[in-house]
Amino acid sequence: MIDCQELSKQYGSLVAVNNLTFQVQPGEVLGFLGPNGAGKTTTMRIIAGFLPPTSGKATVCGFDIETQATKAKQMIGYLPEGAPSYPEMTAKSFLEFIADSRNLKGSERLHRLDEVYELLHLKHVLNQKIDTLSKGYTRRVGLAQAILHDPKVLILDEPTDGLDPNQKYEVRKLINKMSENKIIIISTHLLEEVDAVCNRAIIISDGQILADDTPKNLEAKSKFHNAVSIKLSEPSELNAVREAINSLPEIISTEVDEHSNQLIAFPDSGKIPLQAITELGATKGWEFSELHLESGRLDEVFRTITGGAAA
Amino acid sequence: MNGVLAILRRELRGYFSTPLAYVFIVIFLVLSGWFTFNFGNFYNGGQASLAAFFNYHPWLYLFLVPALSMRLWAEERKTGTIELLLTLPLEIWESVTGKFLASWLFTGMALFFTFPIWITVNYLGNPDNGVIFAAYLGSFLMAGGFLAIGSFISATTNNQVIAFILTVVICFIFLLAGFQPILSPLVGWVPQTIIDSIASLSFLTHFSSISKGVIDLRDLVYFALLISTFLYANVLTLNIKKGS
Repeated sequence: MIDCQELSKQYGSLVAVNNLTFQVQPGEVLGFLGPNGAGKTTTMRIIAGFLPPTSGKATVCGFDIETQATKAKQMIGYLPEGAPSYPEMTAKSFLEFIADSRNLKGSERLHRLDEVYELLHLKHVLNQKIDTLSKGYTRRVGLAQAILHDPKVLILDEPTDGLDPNQKYEVRKLINKMSENKIIIISTHLLEEVDAVCNRAIIISDGQILADDTPKNLEAKSKFHNAVSIKLSEPSELNAVREAINSLPEIISTEVDEHSNQLIAFPDSGKIPLQAITELGATKGWEFSELHLESGRLDEVFRTITGGAAA
Repeated sequence: MNGVLAILRRELRGYFSTPLAYVFIVIFLVLSGWFTFNFGNFYNGGQASLAAFFNYHPWLYLFLVPALSMRLWAEERKTGTIELLLTLPLEIWESVTGKFLASWLFTGMALFFTFPIWITVNYLGNPDNGVIFAAYLGSFLMAGGFLAIGSFISATTNNQVIAFILTVVICFIFLLAGFQPILSPLVGWVPQTIIDSIASLSFLTHFSSISKGVIDLRDLVYFALLISTFLYANVLTLNIKKGS
């Protein structure tokens, strides 16, 4: 378990992290969300033992990150922001160095190295120097480094930053696969990533927790939650349709996206207007080219919660 | 201890996976030979000794060692790998010691490759090999002192050029601590005991006594203390800078 109690970090007069308190249990994949400079990286650096907090306390699997630093660090696999590694080393010698520093020995060492080569598809670049690798491979070497000792706690600062969609998919699959008994904390700007891998999301801004919930519940806070988006085969009817839908009791307001001619009908709180709209359409003989129920938009919730200073 | 070895191995590998190692060794060998034969009167001195060779080591180290030590920590800071290093389950002293030992071993290697001059002097005459051995030891210890200072200074900055310049200046002061240019501004207003203790910090004094073949315990203790003091300061600096 990770336990953060009233963590604060100040740089001079700048408060980077302000009184954060939260716990993370095994099996949880926690997504840290927040605008740039919100304090995500600072919080992760504190938990990983790179920065001491100005006040407050963090323990990892029962080990205090300041007083039992080495023990706590043994529990953690950490991918720092930007996945730094030694450019002049080959991928293989770099990972062997990590294995040595983590005191992996004998057959366990070989087995773990082999496993991460396999998991991250590194076999054919092992003897290449890291500075000759593409961004995607460099990131994967960084991930390999973090999971090498099969840690109980994984802290990944923007693990998919700079990867192409296929690589992102692979990394997310890997995180999902590992998530069963581990504690995983990832930070990201990509809200779709939260949907894809996290079962809990914390939104922070100005060093404070603004929301802490499952991605589903966060989406439910969106005004798009249960809204219906409609596209007509005949766009000229749009205004008439809009008026008719607006007068439905389930609907509180409608919006038209000028660009795509998409009509979005927002429900009155707690109502699900999809059926009413379909029925209305059937009686009036509208032809929909598109009609679907929105589950909620995380990016909109994010913008609302963080006050528009969106990523 | 495992941590020290892991760091040491990585660092040594690092030296040899870039041109740094080769450039350093070649320049060191060329310059030490050049000084010995051009300025040191190696042939005309008419003596079967390597004094002409060792006399120039302090001055070679003054510029070459800071070039080696400047990157030790400043580079890690610059490239962000320090975050990786400090979040591995290693104590800071292990990293500091590992890096220092690797750089010291490396200069030891460069020193070792000067052996042809030892062969030459043995071929030409009958030098006192005990004295030569002592001088090698002294030179190695002095290199360690320079490196410890350089490693400490490298930890204070993320700018390698600043690390280089500061290290040269501080090593220069240590080198000449026992001599007029450093001491004369102090004479007259600083108590003699302090002047004496500053003078006793001189690299040159301690090195020249060892290189004459006198391996005095006090000189050994001096270098051991110097190295451990600066490595300790190195650990402290990293700990302090962690918070900022």
